[in-house]
Amino acid sequence: MGQRVLLSEKEINIILHRLACQLLENHLDFKDTVLIGIQPRGSFVANRLTQILKEEYGVNHIHTGFLDITFYRDDFRRGDKVLEANKTDIDFLVEDKKVVLIDDVLYTGRSIRAALTAIQSFGRPKEIELLTLIDRRFSRHLPIQPNYRGRQVDAINDEKVKVLWKENEGKDVVYLVKG
Amino acid sequence: MSELSVKHLLGIKYLNEADIQLIFETADQFKEVINRSIKKVPSLRDITIANIFFENSTRTKLSFELAEKRLSADVINFSAAQSSVKKGETLIDTVNNILSMKVDMVVMRHPNPGAGIFLSKHVKASIVNAGDGAHEHPTQALLDSYSIREKLGDVTGKKVVIVGDILHSRVALSNIFALKLQGATVKVCGPKTLLPKHVESLGVKVETDLRKALNWCDVANMLRIQNERLDISYFPTTREYTQQFGVNKKLLDSLDKEIVIMHPGPINRGVEITSDVADSKQSIILNQVENGVAIRMAVLYLLASKIK
Repeated sequence: MGQRVLLSEKEINIILHRLACQLLENHLDFKDTVLIGIQPRGSFVANRLTQILKEEYGVNHIHTGFLDITFYRDDFRRGDKVLEANKTDIDFLVEDKKVVLIDDVLYTGRSIRAALTAIQSFGRPKEIELLTLIDRRFSRHLPIQPNYRGRQVDAINDEKVKVLWKENEGKDVVYLVKG
Repeated sequence: MSELSVKHLLGIKYLNEADIQLIFETADQFKEVINRSIKKVPSLRDITIANIFFENSTRTKLSFELAEKRLSADVINFSAAQSSVKKGETLIDTVNNILSMKVDMVVMRHPNPGAGIFLSKHVKASIVNAGDGAHEHPTQALLDSYSIREKLGDVTGKKVVIVGDILHSRVALSNIFALKLQGATVKVCGPKTLLPKHVESLGVKVETDLRKALNWCDVANMLRIQNERLDISYFPTTREYTQQFGVNKKLLDSLDKEIVIMHPGPINRGVEITSDVADSKQSIILNQVENGVAIRMAVLYLLASKIK
């Protein structure tokens, strides 16, 4: 089982800054915008972006929440393992807000489909955008595309993209794992 | 470790500690869900659940039904009182007829101890015991422990006294199993006639002086006197029972510390506890009811995930 580095710490940092700038360009002061990290792995991306926007671009009032999609997934009872739930932490309403859904890897699009359903429990957003750090091309099961993408990757089905974060695994790196 | 070790929830006796923790962690997430303005998730949309009640129930039946509906399951209800059971149909026939209508799970309350276990051996469906005679009432014990965990942070090391009719109570037995499994210390308190012989063999201590028991404990779980199950006179009068084993505000305030009061409902106000105790800030009776829905959602979700 081999793995190669897709993105180094430096590259991840540059990409996150670019994504933060793209968000700024479209949302300016984030008055009507909320960032929603999809649990568990999208939360790391959401937290990093929030931190960059706050510390380096002086956007102080960003609403950031974390959405767990376990109970909305379409593969309940279809896989071998039981789906384990994570914490949902959204202490604001998304009614009439611009929602940016954030995840680490966009693969089949099924998680995003679940997130689109799940977010409705918190109100009717004005619009929903999608940001992903890695976009795996040619692997979609549903007609879903990101509005903001960090890096597009061609990976075949038995390969896996693994995103590691300093705060969880001790280093920032993205691997392509074979087999 | 992310699935239950059992296919049915027949009693706490068949669970291990990891099962209980998994149920609690899942219930935490469902508690967040049921406090949203939209309280429903689509997880069980392809599951059909039959609630079969051979005995009366308000809270448990409503709680299960709400939990099922909030998980988007299809629900059918059956009460023995208006059914063919009265015409002489057997339990297995009744349930198999219901299962022919493509039902995946059965939530059953039955007056006979072991009815759930019996059924689980004879029919193809996941069985949840919602109370079988004086045997077990597992979801009640789970929600009781969950409420203690929520109020005091942990169940391990806590001192819990169960007061009242221990002899006829399925809530007491399930609670003893659940609390012991989580490392709590348990005492039972009540008139000697309502304490089972050899109850100590379950690892609990007996205390017949209510004041002593309350001064010892962190949590007092007050049980109802189940008049419907008392075939003979176990104590002289209800008034005398209340004097010896009822909790009132004066008694509660005279204790050395502030204890938590629980009650599985329905309350006989003025018998086992007075109204001012039931409605005091030390009482978590209504929290128990709220937690009941989250716990039952967790149990149904975790069991449904094992149906292939």
